[in-house]
Amino acid sequence: MSFFENRTATAPTGLAKLLHFHWPLVLVVCAIATLGWLMLYSIAGGDFARWAQPQMNRYFIGLAAMFWVGLMPIWFWNLTAWPAYAIGIVLLLYVEFFGAVGMGAQRWIDLGFMMLQPSELMKVALIMALASYYAKLDDRLISHPFWVILPVLAIVAPTVLVLMQPNLGTAVMTLAVGGAMMFAAGVSLWYFGAVIGIAAGAVTAIFLTRGTVWQLLHDYQYRRIDTFLDPTADPLGAGYNIIQAQIALGSGGWSGKGFMQGTQSRLNFLPEKHTDFIFTTLGEEFGYLGAISLLVLYTLVLVFLVWAAVRNRDRFSQLLIIGVAVNFFLYIAVNLSMVMGMAPVVGVPLPLLSYGGSATLVVMIAFGLVHSAIVHRPR
Amino acid sequence: MARKPKSSAELSEGVTRRALMISVGMGAMVAALGARMHRLGVSQSDEYRLLAEENRINIRLLPPARGQLFDRAGVLIAGNEQNYRVVITKEDASKAIGGVQMVLDRLCQIIPMTDDDVAEALKALERNSPFVPIPVAERLSWQDFSEVAINGPALPGITPEVGLSRHYPLVGDFAHVVGYVGPVSEKDLEGVEKPDPLLLIPRFQIGKIGVERWLESDLRGAAGTRQIEVNAVGRVMRELSREEGIAGADITLTLDARVQNFVQARLGEESAACVIMDVQTGDLVAAASAPSFDPNLFVRGIASADYKVLIEDDHRPLANKVVQGAYPPGSTFKMVTALAALAAGVIDTETRVSCPGYYESGGRRFHCWRAGGHGSVDLERSLMESCDVYYYDIAQRVGIDKVAEMGRQLGLGIRHDLPMSAIAEGNMPDKAWKARVHNAEWRIGDTINAAIGQGYVLTSPLQLAVMTSRIATGKLIEPRLIKAVSGVETSIAPAPSLGVSAEKLAAVQRGMFAVMNGASGTARGSRVADETMIMCGKTGTAQVRNISAAERETGVVRNEDLPWNRRDHALFVGYAPAENPRYAVAVVVEHGGGGSAAAAPIARDALLSALTGGIPPLSAYPAEQRPAIEARFNELSLRFDKLGSQAPTKT
Repeated sequence: MSFFENRTATAPTGLAKLLHFHWPLVLVVCAIATLGWLMLYSIAGGDFARWAQPQMNRYFIGLAAMFWVGLMPIWFWNLTAWPAYAIGIVLLLYVEFFGAVGMGAQRWIDLGFMMLQPSELMKVALIMALASYYAKLDDRLISHPFWVILPVLAIVAPTVLVLMQPNLGTAVMTLAVGGAMMFAAGVSLWYFGAVIGIAAGAVTAIFLTRGTVWQLLHDYQYRRIDTFLDPTADPLGAGYNIIQAQIALGSGGWSGKGFMQGTQSRLNFLPEKHTDFIFTTLGEEFGYLGAISLLVLYTLVLVFLVWAAVRNRDRFSQLLIIGVAVNFFLYIAVNLSMVMGMAPVVGVPLPLLSYGGSATLVVMIAFGLVHSAIVHRPR
Repeated sequence: MARKPKSSAELSEGVTRRALMISVGMGAMVAALGARMHRLGVSQSDEYRLLAEENRINIRLLPPARGQLFDRAGVLIAGNEQNYRVVITKEDASKAIGGVQMVLDRLCQIIPMTDDDVAEALKALERNSPFVPIPVAERLSWQDFSEVAINGPALPGITPEVGLSRHYPLVGDFAHVVGYVGPVSEKDLEGVEKPDPLLLIPRFQIGKIGVERWLESDLRGAAGTRQIEVNAVGRVMRELSREEGIAGADITLTLDARVQNFVQARLGEESAACVIMDVQTGDLVAAASAPSFDPNLFVRGIASADYKVLIEDDHRPLANKVVQGAYPPGSTFKMVTALAALAAGVIDTETRVSCPGYYESGGRRFHCWRAGGHGSVDLERSLMESCDVYYYDIAQRVGIDKVAEMGRQLGLGIRHDLPMSAIAEGNMPDKAWKARVHNAEWRIGDTINAAIGQGYVLTSPLQLAVMTSRIATGKLIEPRLIKAVSGVETSIAPAPSLGVSAEKLAAVQRGMFAVMNGASGTARGSRVADETMIMCGKTGTAQVRNISAAERETGVVRNEDLPWNRRDHALFVGYAPAENPRYAVAVVVEHGGGGSAAAAPIARDALLSALTGGIPPLSAYPAEQRPAIEARFNELSLRFDKLGSQAPTKT
């Protein structure tokens, strides 16, 4: 339900396409990004040039990319889906062997003006590839084992490469996005049931055998799992971030300590306060109201996306939008549950808020794809 | 099974169905996130707010000013002086290009620092958290200090600051009594369950020996606190509040700085000890041990070369010989033997013993110091001329156990509790002691040796002074060093009686009077001429080697011809004035030779100094000795001006 929608049967051309962009979505995205700059400004202690300025620059590059992608016809993206996938795999292999090492993992390609994480790009390429695959596939073959194995391989290949970097957070997200797309495409629920059943059985087996002679992992591996699942047991080590983050959030109270008044983040209690843990500063300075507002903005984005997918009658577009929505949702869910101590710490940024180039750019490109699908939808 | 492909509308509917299922899942998750936000930010907010405060505010300790030490007249013995120092914080220094090493190198160009200083600073930096300031240089001149301050921008992590540091203005005079402070060592913290947090401050100074150590808890005071806002690395952002600590208690000692200074100077470079005691109160007026050392060296952290010199000196400057030394008392012990015999009733003042120059017992011959003998001697003469045979004889009669009992009653072989380090108990042997320690039977020879303060008998100068005080007053005087803490006088319980009848004591006192004033007294050369300060005393010469029969045949080698460490110890105990005693003195000059020549003159000067409160007036000395005495006093380098000057008082 695009706002400037006209009822003409013909698709818009030229700059008239801009009228058919999903402007409410664009506005909400811009609002979230603005909130991000405010937080980065505050965390830097009023230093605009430190984080806020570069992040703004990247956002505007991302915004430009979104419009460009959105103006391109959707069939073009359908055509480039598999080539994009192939390029993603090549880039992943490249970082595996030549990538810059950052934070103990090989994830980056130095583009000069920014560091690119191919694993982020890969997720979008995977969404495109799977959408394209299911758009072409005869619906009678969707749940045929052979035609199920192919997309599963397409999902597992990049997942394994990302896992090897190692980047557990993105690997899990890749797997989840791929799974969600297969689910949306209509793959039989039996497959999902089987996978969930097997996974649950494996986890149960691993934990049930612990301490017996038949235990499946080494003791140190169990201990690692323990600290991963309950970081608070190690308050000065693995649990430090999580505890400090919760203190920051909790101490914000109902309406927060006020802009630039957060003590936890300003006083350096929080590591990665400008990247993965940026939400804590928001919670501390703007309190529960600020945090809930952000959640509402994110929810609006999700609602817009799902609605756009439902309204679209092009199968490729539908699946593409759902993939983008699930991807966006996963960022939020994983990051927020990690920061609020509901999930183990894995390195996943908060989209549009966290300082960082790759995630911002990739999210904006994804929104560009969504716009292309909306603008060029069959009428 | 052939089935028609679905229409695009049907397909779209399928996607919609699945999309809605996904949406439900997403919605549930969003709801969970919202609930969690509510829980953190609203329900449990108070708890987290409290935690945030604790996080932000850190309490740092402010070291209190250490209590000062004064002499009984208020002269400062140990104080605190401003200490311009430079500290380094690793966290900041390591941010500089070249790191900590570069910063220290630059600092070396500005202020004098040895390689040892740098190495020590680096070691301390390694041991402590990066945000703890570590002192690198102390006691800088104002010039160096300001240069460091000016060069601040080039020296990241370096902070010039003003602290307090112990200072002993009287240098060596009280080094042994007062001791010194030094940085807390790991040994100091060993076995301490919950150490005072002050002790964990790098280079915090605590008393190491002497009064500084034994009254540490009074002197230290209580830490103040400073509330500061810190970040997670402990970096100080700003000070929120400040509460000054409680300064340590000032302590007044019974010692008199002027007398102490005189006595210390008088002992000179001899290896000697001299203690003066108020016979009525037990107050120690002077307690000097020579040679002395500069305690300030230890506060600053003594250089190993300097320390080696002190350690290797055979005169043992670090030892507090007043309480640590255990010497055979020699003839100064004869009063004990005499009093034991008198008290037991085996002799009276008229009992005479014939001295042919030796005493025979069990086929062995024990010699008197005078080879020709003293002839027939009574108690008074036995003390005056220090006849050994008299004591051999009466000791045999009374028995060692009674002698030892009297010795203990007079304060020998007992540890007198004073706030000083390594207080010797000495030894007052009896039959049970020998059976216990040497697993051997007590022999007659042992009694004979003990009778004249040789053999197993060991005493410290302090014990000899206590003994003399008790003989002089007939009361169980206990020594006292602390006059007042924080201006509150420490109470003195009235001393109980010694339990020896006045006339028996008077007989011994007469003998001690004769030692100094009798025509043939062994210390007649050290008598006092001033009628108001007439002195009584007893000389002692303690052998530190055995004289063999063969040696005795050929003539005993004179002390001056022996190597220093084989010469006899010279001892003297005395009190004055004779009629109404005020002060007792005990002097030991290690390997000084004869007691009358080496120890008695010192004892006289010391007692006169205590009686007059400074440098003794020449009028107190016999006229013929005055020129020599004056010449000697002029050679002494004294801290306080000559007679009549005012002592510096509390500031």
